[in-house]
Amino acid sequence: MSDDSYMIECRDLVKVYQSGESETPALRGINLRIKSGEYVAIMGHSGSGKSTLMHILGALDTPTSGDYFLEGIDVSTFTDDELADIRAERIGFVFQSFNLLPRATVLRNVVLPLLYSGVPPSERGERAEAALRAAGLDEERWTHHSNQLSGGEIQRVAIARALINDPALILADEPTGNLDTATGEVILATFASLHERGHTIILITHEADVAAHAQRTIVLRDGRMLCDSAEGDACDAGEADAATAPGSETAPGSETAPGSEIAPGSDTAAATGGALDTVEPPAGEGDAVAPVPEGEEPEATPAATEEKVEVVA
Amino acid sequence: MRTLDILRESAQGISSNKARSGLTMLGIVIGIASVIALVGIGQGSTNSITSSIESSGANLLTVSPGFSRTAGLVRGGRGAATTLTVDDASAIAELNNVAAIAPQVDGRYQVVATAGNTNTQVVATTAGYSQVHNLTMAEGSFLADTDVQNSTKVAVLGSQAASDIFGDASSGGQDPLGQTIRIKSIRFTVVGVAASKGGTGFGSADNMIFVPFGTGQKLLAGQTKYVSSIGVTASSQQVMTTLQNDITDLLTTRHKISASASADFTVINQADIAAAASSSARTLTLLLAAVAGISLVVGGVGIMNMMLTTVNERTREIGLRKAIGAKRLDISLQFLTEAVMLTFASGVIGIAAGWLVTFVLKRFGEQSDVTLTSVGMAFGVSVLIGIVFGFYPARRAAAMNPIEALRYE
Repeated sequence: MSDDSYMIECRDLVKVYQSGESETPALRGINLRIKSGEYVAIMGHSGSGKSTLMHILGALDTPTSGDYFLEGIDVSTFTDDELADIRAERIGFVFQSFNLLPRATVLRNVVLPLLYSGVPPSERGERAEAALRAAGLDEERWTHHSNQLSGGEIQRVAIARALINDPALILADEPTGNLDTATGEVILATFASLHERGHTIILITHEADVAAHAQRTIVLRDGRMLCDSAEGDACDAGEADAATAPGSETAPGSETAPGSEIAPGSDTAAATGGALDTVEPPAGEGDAVAPVPEGEEPEATPAATEEKVEVVA
Repeated sequence: MRTLDILRESAQGISSNKARSGLTMLGIVIGIASVIALVGIGQGSTNSITSSIESSGANLLTVSPGFSRTAGLVRGGRGAATTLTVDDASAIAELNNVAAIAPQVDGRYQVVATAGNTNTQVVATTAGYSQVHNLTMAEGSFLADTDVQNSTKVAVLGSQAASDIFGDASSGGQDPLGQTIRIKSIRFTVVGVAASKGGTGFGSADNMIFVPFGTGQKLLAGQTKYVSSIGVTASSQQVMTTLQNDITDLLTTRHKISASASADFTVINQADIAAAASSSARTLTLLLAAVAGISLVVGGVGIMNMMLTTVNERTREIGLRKAIGAKRLDISLQFLTEAVMLTFASGVIGIAAGWLVTFVLKRFGEQSDVTLTSVGMAFGVSVLIGIVFGFYPARRAAAMNPIEALRYE
């Protein structure tokens, strides 16, 4: 049995993707414990297994072998519909591409999860209001349609949607990936304030300065945990780069890409994040994570602007 | 998931692409409307055939002469032969189970009055005719027994014949009663006008003019022996077949015929004609319904096509719904409900449109009736189409893997 004091406990998680004859291992034995109220960043390049880990932690997928306890419940052997219940009641997702219903109002988008968790209509308005306040969206925007909002506002709606069922865990998959740096900082500040209120947050990112906002950083490489700041490792993502990126990915030419994340403002933003961290001391024994500049990836964010807002078509 | 939530989500899905939903619905609307209208037309013609046959007399047996056999292989028309005689009619009248009998001699003549003239069928018959052929009077009285016995020169007009000669009573026509008409230059006094029986076309009683049997036979047909046909009313529905056989036996004996195949007369049972006519009308109705049904199936394929496109387009939405806790059934029901809503709404519009077509046809004098059965069936079928053709797209949506669906571009 699992230790109930941990919100998340993974033992020896292995995930192998089968496609025809060939087997592709995505996770090769992950052991991970996350306490309630922690703010964890999971980092890694594409192919490191961080998306796979997120899918398993978010109960979207089950591991090939190993156990995953969410609040003491072993969900690694659940069926699709049982996983759907877990997602409805215990997990809130925030996606890079927002995934709002385009022709629906903010309020309708926010209450959508309540339809599937069986909350009666009479309670929905109140809960939506609380969630939208927590996500920090201006009240005058609540009746707007999602395609009338800016990218930052859309992501706040998505955060409110994630919060509405009061989930045990908020999973944010590259939440700032489609936003410009300044808006991204605002969203990260929102996560920080949610963390202060006691929400457990897992942030998946490949950007070190985004990860720096979290209390604890975990770096994945080739389906294994390279380091965990909670274990006292000096989690140096630069080392990870050196080890995982054998060649062209760190080519200097890519630095000139427009909207590169290493924008001038990001240092101060990171400092702000750091300040928030000192307000809320890390639960683990690890020290504050030093932001490490990271090489460009092919999937690195292009010039993400307000216009390039993407919602569910 | 609550029913109301499912309905609301589905309605939202439909309204988010109004043009496409509308066009797809059009297929079902046309299908349902044509089912309603065509079945209505078929049903209407069945009803009108049945009622016109029934109005020509209850429990009626008609005895007609057979083929006239002239030299060689040449056959005259049925009824053209002069094989039935006045004596035959008298003999039939003696049989059991005969409630009324009316022999007749008829021909087409020019009928002239001071007000106008017409060319129509003149029937020389007995007083029994009104009972045998279910004739009721609008004005005056039908031919009396004394008229027939005394061969008086009186006439009873069918309603259409009366208005053809004397003009429509409601628009300032003359009252035909007491007027004189001339047939083959012989003067007849009008003693009655029959009520309309509603039948249409050639041979309708409304176009006929009735004169006493003997008068017509002598003065118009110029003979006293033969009859054109004999109408016989059986005393009840149950004895019709018995009476039919009795008449056949009697005439076979009287005409000295050995084999029934060479009989020079036919005895037609009214019920048989009605059954045959309505069965052929039913076949027609079925055929029309089948054609309309095919268009419904085509409309259903359109629904399926649209739902598949919708499911494909909304892959990311489906992924999102699954990520936030929708189960397979929730997704499946949402899309199935969307399809059924589309076809149900199409059904309602289609029924209204079909009804309208029927109504317009009726205004132009076509026989058509919308029955509750066809409306109910149209409703049922439209919902069924939604379920059948919405099932596969809904299942496809429900089976989507949330991770892949969320990644879908």
